[in-house]
Amino acid sequence: MSQLNPPVSTDDHAAGPEDAPVTLVEYGDYECPYCGMAYPVLKALQEALGSRLRFVFRNFPLTEAHPHASRAAAFAEAAASIGKFWEAHDMLYEHQDALDDRSLLAYGHALGLDRAVVLAAFEGAYDEKIRRDFRGGLRSGVNGTPCLFINGQRYDGPVDLDTLVDTIERLGDSYA
Amino acid sequence: MDQQHSGTALAPGQTAPDFTLPATPDQNLSLSDLKGAPVILAFYPADWSPVCGDQMALYNEVLPEFRHFGAQLVGISTDGVWCHSAFAAERKLHFPLLADFEPKGGVARAYGVYRAHEGTSERALFVIDAAGKIAWSHVSPVGINPGADGILGALDEMAAHSPSTGAAS
Repeated sequence: MSQLNPPVSTDDHAAGPEDAPVTLVEYGDYECPYCGMAYPVLKALQEALGSRLRFVFRNFPLTEAHPHASRAAAFAEAAASIGKFWEAHDMLYEHQDALDDRSLLAYGHALGLDRAVVLAAFEGAYDEKIRRDFRGGLRSGVNGTPCLFINGQRYDGPVDLDTLVDTIERLGDSYA
Repeated sequence: MDQQHSGTALAPGQTAPDFTLPATPDQNLSLSDLKGAPVILAFYPADWSPVCGDQMALYNEVLPEFRHFGAQLVGISTDGVWCHSAFAAERKLHFPLLADFEPKGGVARAYGVYRAHEGTSERALFVIDAAGKIAWSHVSPVGINPGADGILGALDEMAAHSPSTGAAS
């Protein structure tokens, strides 16, 4: 029932072709353990579906429950400014146990991101974009993380590779 | 399966029954104290159960959006005050949790959302306008976190119809 609003736009971080038959949007929090568990599944899904899938990530940090979620999101947005959003995204999910400021600065260094840019991100340079993602998620019916939308419809099924591939292939067929 | 319960929830247009419940071990909160601004009543079955935790954690993050409408959020369950205070402290909740503990579920009954068999309330949401009328209500399946889109939609609508009670801040 719940529909993605706003729809995917150039404002979003997207991997995969714009005209892919299926777009999967994840609302995620870098410190959320369930998002951490979904991360390898969604990676495998991208690999399995190749150019048939466009994957979009939107921020939904639960900052009261996860003290590092907000700065981790800011860090990934800062990385996007040098075209390295997905590298940052992957790095964060692969190091969920180390998301403190010092670790984030070290990841920034590894990505070739200026220390000043990361610090500016910590100070709120990307807060508006993050908040916009969050608000859009609320309006779209996001009720926790990770929350997935497949071609604009909220997906409430299990986050495992087989079920996701099945669901998406059925959708893809109907678009073909 | 929950029909006989959810069918009885008070509907939009009805006056929200007033109540006074403990918000902390030594403080009570009355619905009438909150008159003049929209109120969101979030009935939930229990502190600590996974879905409720997520739902309350989500609402905790949505408080700035609710505040934008001048709306006050209150959580209500049949748990006692000490249980609520431990739960709120552990989850860092920044809104009151009311204890509908004695008489048990009295307020949930008044709103038509008591589950007598379980001794808990339904997972039910009521958005009440500044004049104390129910503007929107929703009962979710107990295991499903209803999110915040319904509440925000109701607040939008309310603000559109009576700008004076709406998003001044």
